[in-house]
Amino acid sequence: MNLETEHQGEIILIRVLDDRIDAASAIQFKERMREIVAKPSTRVVLEMSNVGFLDSSGLGAVVAVMKALGPIRRLELSGLSPTVEKVFRLTRMDSVFIIHKSLPEALRRAG
Amino acid sequence: MGGTLSLTPPDGARLVIEATTLDVRQGLRDLMRCPLIQDLSADCLGTTELVLAEALNNVVEHAYARYSGQIEVEVRRDPAQLRFHIADKGLPMPGAAPPTGRLPAVGAFEDLPEGGFGWFLIRSLSQDLAYRREGERNLLSFGVLVDTAAC
Repeated sequence: MNLETEHQGEIILIRVLDDRIDAASAIQFKERMREIVAKPSTRVVLEMSNVGFLDSSGLGAVVAVMKALGPIRRLELSGLSPTVEKVFRLTRMDSVFIIHKSLPEALRRAG
Repeated sequence: MGGTLSLTPPDGARLVIEATTLDVRQGLRDLMRCPLIQDLSADCLGTTELVLAEALNNVVEHAYARYSGQIEVEVRRDPAQLRFHIADKGLPMPGAAPPTGRLPAVGAFEDLPEGGFGWFLIRSLSQDLAYRREGERNLLSFGVLVDTAAC
Protein backbone atom coordinates (compact mmCIF):
# COMPACT_ATOMS: atom_id res chain seq x y z
CA MET A 1 0.00 0.00 0.00
CA ASN A 2 1.65 3.20 -1.19
CA LEU A 3 0.65 6.38 0.59
CA GLU A 4 2.24 9.80 0.24
CA THR A 5 1.97 12.11 3.23
CA GLU A 6 2.27 15.87 3.25
CA HIS A 7 1.96 18.12 6.28
CA GLN A 8 0.55 21.53 5.37
CA GLY A 9 0.25 23.58 8.54
CA GLU A 10 -2.46 22.02 10.66
CA ILE A 11 -3.53 19.66 7.89
CA ILE A 12 -2.27 16.17 7.12
CA LEU A 13 -2.82 15.39 3.45
CA ILE A 14 -2.48 11.74 2.46
CA ARG A 15 -2.51 10.67 -1.17
CA VAL A 16 -3.31 7.07 -1.98
CA LEU A 17 -0.94 6.08 -4.79
CA ASP A 18 -2.39 2.56 -5.29
CA ASP A 19 -5.31 2.12 -7.66
CA ARG A 20 -7.35 -0.01 -5.27
CA ILE A 21 -8.18 -0.47 -1.59
CA ASP A 22 -9.51 -4.02 -1.49
CA ALA A 23 -9.58 -7.15 0.64
CA ALA A 24 -5.91 -7.79 -0.20
CA SER A 25 -4.71 -4.38 0.98
CA ALA A 26 -7.28 -3.15 3.52
CA ILE A 27 -5.39 -4.24 6.64
CA GLN A 28 -2.14 -2.70 5.47
CA PHE A 29 -3.95 0.50 4.50
CA LYS A 30 -5.54 0.69 7.94
CA GLU A 31 -2.23 0.14 9.76
CA ARG A 32 -0.29 2.67 7.67
CA MET A 33 -3.05 5.26 8.06
CA ARG A 34 -3.24 4.78 11.84
CA GLU A 35 0.51 5.49 12.10
CA ILE A 36 0.17 8.61 9.95
CA VAL A 37 -2.82 10.11 11.77
CA ALA A 38 -1.30 9.44 15.19
CA LYS A 39 0.45 12.81 14.69
CA PRO A 40 -1.64 15.71 15.89
CA SER A 41 -3.37 17.90 13.30
CA THR A 42 -6.65 19.76 13.05
CA ARG A 43 -7.66 18.17 9.73
CA VAL A 44 -6.92 14.92 7.91
CA VAL A 45 -7.59 14.81 4.17
CA LEU A 46 -7.37 11.56 2.19
CA GLU A 47 -6.89 12.17 -1.52
CA MET A 48 -8.27 9.16 -3.42
CA SER A 49 -8.34 10.18 -7.07
CA ASN A 50 -5.97 7.32 -8.02
CA VAL A 51 -8.32 4.77 -6.43
CA GLY A 52 -10.57 3.25 -9.07
CA PHE A 53 -11.82 0.40 -6.92
CA LEU A 54 -12.84 0.06 -3.27
CA ASP A 55 -14.68 -2.98 -1.91
CA SER A 56 -16.42 -3.57 1.43
CA SER A 57 -13.10 -4.41 3.12
CA GLY A 58 -11.65 -1.14 1.84
CA LEU A 59 -14.72 0.73 3.05
CA GLY A 60 -14.42 -0.89 6.48
CA ALA A 61 -10.76 0.17 6.63
CA VAL A 62 -11.61 3.79 5.80
CA VAL A 63 -14.26 3.77 8.55
CA ALA A 64 -11.72 2.30 10.98
CA VAL A 65 -9.29 5.12 10.16
CA MET A 66 -12.02 7.66 10.81
CA LYS A 67 -12.62 6.11 14.23
CA ALA A 68 -8.88 6.19 14.93
CA LEU A 69 -9.01 9.98 14.50
CA GLY A 70 -11.17 10.24 17.61
CA PRO A 71 -14.40 12.15 17.99
CA ILE A 72 -13.06 15.65 17.22
CA ARG A 73 -11.39 15.21 13.82
CA ARG A 74 -13.45 13.91 10.92
CA LEU A 75 -11.83 12.20 7.98
CA GLU A 76 -12.15 14.26 4.82
CA LEU A 77 -12.16 12.42 1.49
CA SER A 78 -11.39 13.91 -1.89
CA GLY A 79 -11.42 12.76 -5.50
CA LEU A 80 -13.78 9.76 -5.27
CA SER A 81 -14.23 7.98 -8.61
CA PRO A 82 -17.86 7.27 -9.58
CA THR A 83 -17.53 3.59 -8.58
CA VAL A 84 -15.95 4.43 -5.23
CA GLU A 85 -18.51 7.16 -4.57
CA LYS A 86 -21.27 4.64 -5.27
CA VAL A 87 -20.00 2.32 -2.51
CA PHE A 88 -20.10 5.19 0.01
CA ARG A 89 -23.55 6.30 -1.18
CA LEU A 90 -25.21 2.85 -1.20
CA THR A 91 -23.96 2.04 2.30
CA ARG A 92 -24.90 5.55 3.52
CA MET A 93 -21.35 6.06 4.68
CA ASP A 94 -21.30 9.24 2.58
CA SER A 95 -23.07 10.89 5.53
CA VAL A 96 -20.27 10.01 7.92
CA PHE A 97 -17.35 11.61 6.07
CA ILE A 98 -16.71 15.08 4.73
CA ILE A 99 -16.51 14.44 0.99
CA HIS A 100 -14.88 16.98 -1.35
CA LYS A 101 -15.38 16.71 -5.11
CA SER A 102 -11.73 17.56 -5.57
CA LEU A 103 -8.86 18.60 -3.36
CA PRO A 104 -9.82 21.65 -1.28
CA GLU A 105 -8.40 24.85 -2.78
CA ALA A 106 -6.15 25.45 0.22
CA LEU A 107 -4.38 22.15 -0.35
CA ARG A 108 -3.64 22.36 -4.05
CA ARG A 109 0.01 22.66 -4.86
CA ALA A 110 1.00 25.96 -6.40
CA GLY A 111 1.91 25.58 -10.09
CA MET B 1 -0.15 -16.64 -7.89
CA GLY B 2 -2.29 -16.30 -10.98
CA GLY B 3 -5.38 -18.06 -12.19
CA THR B 4 -6.45 -19.57 -15.44
CA LEU B 5 -8.85 -17.64 -17.61
CA SER B 6 -10.33 -19.45 -20.58
CA LEU B 7 -12.79 -18.03 -23.04
CA THR B 8 -15.74 -20.21 -23.93
CA PRO B 9 -16.99 -18.75 -27.20
CA PRO B 10 -19.22 -17.23 -28.28
CA ASP B 11 -20.46 -15.66 -25.09
CA GLY B 12 -18.75 -17.06 -22.03
CA ALA B 13 -15.56 -17.19 -19.97
CA ARG B 14 -14.26 -19.37 -17.18
CA LEU B 15 -11.78 -18.47 -14.47
CA VAL B 16 -10.13 -20.76 -11.93
CA ILE B 17 -8.17 -19.18 -9.08
CA GLU B 18 -6.67 -20.12 -5.74
CA ALA B 19 -8.76 -18.83 -2.83
CA THR B 20 -6.61 -15.91 -1.65
CA THR B 21 -7.40 -12.21 -1.71
CA LEU B 22 -4.41 -11.55 -4.01
CA ASP B 23 -5.58 -14.20 -6.48
CA VAL B 24 -9.08 -12.69 -6.37
CA ARG B 25 -7.57 -9.30 -7.21
CA GLN B 26 -5.59 -10.69 -10.16
CA GLY B 27 -8.52 -12.82 -11.34
CA LEU B 28 -10.79 -9.78 -11.35
CA ARG B 29 -8.22 -7.85 -13.40
CA ASP B 30 -8.04 -10.67 -15.96
CA LEU B 31 -11.79 -11.08 -16.15
CA MET B 32 -12.56 -7.35 -16.46
CA ARG B 33 -10.22 -7.21 -19.47
CA CYS B 34 -11.71 -10.18 -21.30
CA PRO B 35 -13.61 -9.41 -24.53
CA LEU B 36 -16.90 -10.48 -23.02
CA ILE B 37 -16.82 -7.75 -20.41
CA GLN B 38 -14.38 -5.03 -21.41
CA ASP B 39 -16.82 -3.15 -23.65
CA LEU B 40 -19.17 -2.36 -20.76
CA SER B 41 -19.49 1.25 -19.65
CA ALA B 42 -17.17 2.31 -16.82
CA ASP B 43 -20.14 2.34 -14.41
CA CYS B 44 -21.22 -1.19 -15.34
CA LEU B 45 -17.64 -2.44 -15.16
CA GLY B 46 -17.30 -0.94 -11.69
CA THR B 47 -20.54 -2.50 -10.49
CA THR B 48 -19.65 -5.89 -11.98
CA GLU B 49 -16.18 -5.89 -10.42
CA LEU B 50 -17.59 -4.86 -7.04
CA VAL B 51 -20.28 -7.57 -6.86
CA LEU B 52 -17.86 -10.22 -8.04
CA ALA B 53 -15.15 -9.08 -5.61
CA GLU B 54 -17.57 -9.29 -2.69
CA ALA B 55 -18.76 -12.77 -3.69
CA LEU B 56 -15.23 -14.12 -4.23
CA ASN B 57 -13.73 -12.59 -1.09
CA ASN B 58 -16.59 -14.08 0.92
CA VAL B 59 -15.55 -17.49 -0.35
CA VAL B 60 -11.91 -16.78 0.63
CA GLU B 61 -12.81 -15.47 4.09
CA HIS B 62 -15.66 -17.80 5.04
CA ALA B 63 -15.98 -20.97 2.92
CA TYR B 64 -12.18 -21.41 2.90
CA ALA B 65 -11.60 -19.85 6.33
CA ARG B 66 -9.94 -23.08 7.49
CA TYR B 67 -8.83 -24.58 4.19
CA SER B 68 -7.11 -23.61 1.02
CA GLY B 69 -8.71 -24.47 -2.26
CA GLN B 70 -9.85 -23.22 -5.60
CA ILE B 71 -12.71 -21.07 -6.82
CA GLU B 72 -14.27 -21.48 -10.25
CA VAL B 73 -16.08 -18.61 -11.90
CA GLU B 74 -18.14 -19.03 -15.04
CA VAL B 75 -19.71 -16.09 -16.74
CA ARG B 76 -22.13 -15.95 -19.64
CA ARG B 77 -23.42 -12.86 -21.30
CA ASP B 78 -26.87 -12.34 -22.67
CA PRO B 79 -28.30 -9.05 -23.97
CA ALA B 80 -29.50 -7.90 -20.58
CA GLN B 81 -26.99 -9.21 -18.08
CA LEU B 82 -23.80 -10.98 -17.17
CA ARG B 83 -24.67 -14.20 -15.39
CA PHE B 84 -22.06 -15.48 -12.92
CA HIS B 85 -21.76 -18.98 -11.48
CA ILE B 86 -19.27 -19.38 -8.64
CA ALA B 87 -18.26 -22.79 -7.26
CA ASP B 88 -16.02 -23.74 -4.34
CA LYS B 89 -15.38 -26.77 -2.16
CA GLY B 90 -15.28 -24.94 1.16
CA LEU B 91 -17.62 -24.88 4.13
CA PRO B 92 -21.33 -24.51 3.40
CA MET B 93 -23.07 -21.23 4.11
CA PRO B 94 -24.54 -21.14 7.64
CA GLY B 95 -28.24 -21.93 7.49
CA ALA B 96 -27.76 -23.12 3.91
CA ALA B 97 -28.58 -19.62 2.66
CA PRO B 98 -26.71 -16.43 1.81
CA PRO B 99 -26.90 -13.75 4.54
CA THR B 100 -29.79 -11.30 4.25
CA GLY B 101 -27.34 -8.44 3.90
CA ARG B 102 -29.13 -5.90 6.01
CA LEU B 103 -27.30 -2.58 6.01
CA PRO B 104 -25.45 -2.04 9.32
CA ALA B 105 -26.96 0.84 11.28
CA VAL B 106 -25.05 4.11 11.40
CA GLY B 107 -25.10 4.85 15.11
CA ALA B 108 -22.81 6.62 17.51
CA PHE B 109 -19.33 7.54 16.30
CA GLU B 110 -17.53 4.84 18.26
CA ASP B 111 -19.99 2.21 16.99
CA LEU B 112 -19.66 2.99 13.29
CA PRO B 113 -19.71 -0.31 11.40
CA GLU B 114 -16.40 -1.49 9.92
CA GLY B 115 -17.89 -4.53 8.24
CA GLY B 116 -21.10 -6.21 7.24
CA PHE B 117 -21.38 -4.30 3.97
CA GLY B 118 -20.48 -7.13 1.61
CA TRP B 119 -23.77 -8.99 1.30
CA PHE B 120 -25.67 -5.72 1.35
CA LEU B 121 -23.72 -4.63 -1.75
CA ILE B 122 -24.15 -8.00 -3.47
CA ARG B 123 -27.89 -8.02 -2.86
CA SER B 124 -28.28 -4.36 -3.85
CA LEU B 125 -26.41 -4.68 -7.13
CA SER B 126 -27.24 -8.18 -8.39
CA GLN B 127 -30.25 -10.00 -9.80
CA ASP B 128 -31.70 -13.44 -9.11
CA LEU B 129 -29.22 -14.49 -6.45
CA ALA B 130 -29.28 -18.25 -5.90
CA TYR B 131 -27.28 -20.56 -3.65
CA ARG B 132 -27.24 -24.30 -3.22
CA ARG B 133 -24.99 -26.94 -1.74
CA GLU B 134 -24.36 -29.78 -4.13
CA GLY B 135 -22.35 -32.61 -2.57
CA GLU B 136 -19.10 -31.01 -1.41
CA ARG B 137 -19.58 -27.85 -3.43
CA ASN B 138 -21.12 -24.44 -2.86
CA LEU B 139 -22.79 -23.05 -5.96
CA LEU B 140 -23.68 -19.37 -6.05
CA SER B 141 -25.15 -17.61 -9.05
CA PHE B 142 -26.32 -14.09 -9.77
CA GLY B 143 -26.74 -11.65 -12.62
CA VAL B 144 -25.44 -8.12 -13.09
CA LEU B 145 -27.37 -5.91 -15.50
CA VAL B 146 -25.25 -4.52 -18.31
CA ASP B 147 -27.57 -1.74 -19.44
CA THR B 148 -25.78 1.50 -18.54
CA ALA B 149 -28.96 3.00 -17.11
CA ALA B 150 -29.10 0.18 -14.56
CA CYS B 151 -25.49 0.23 -13.36
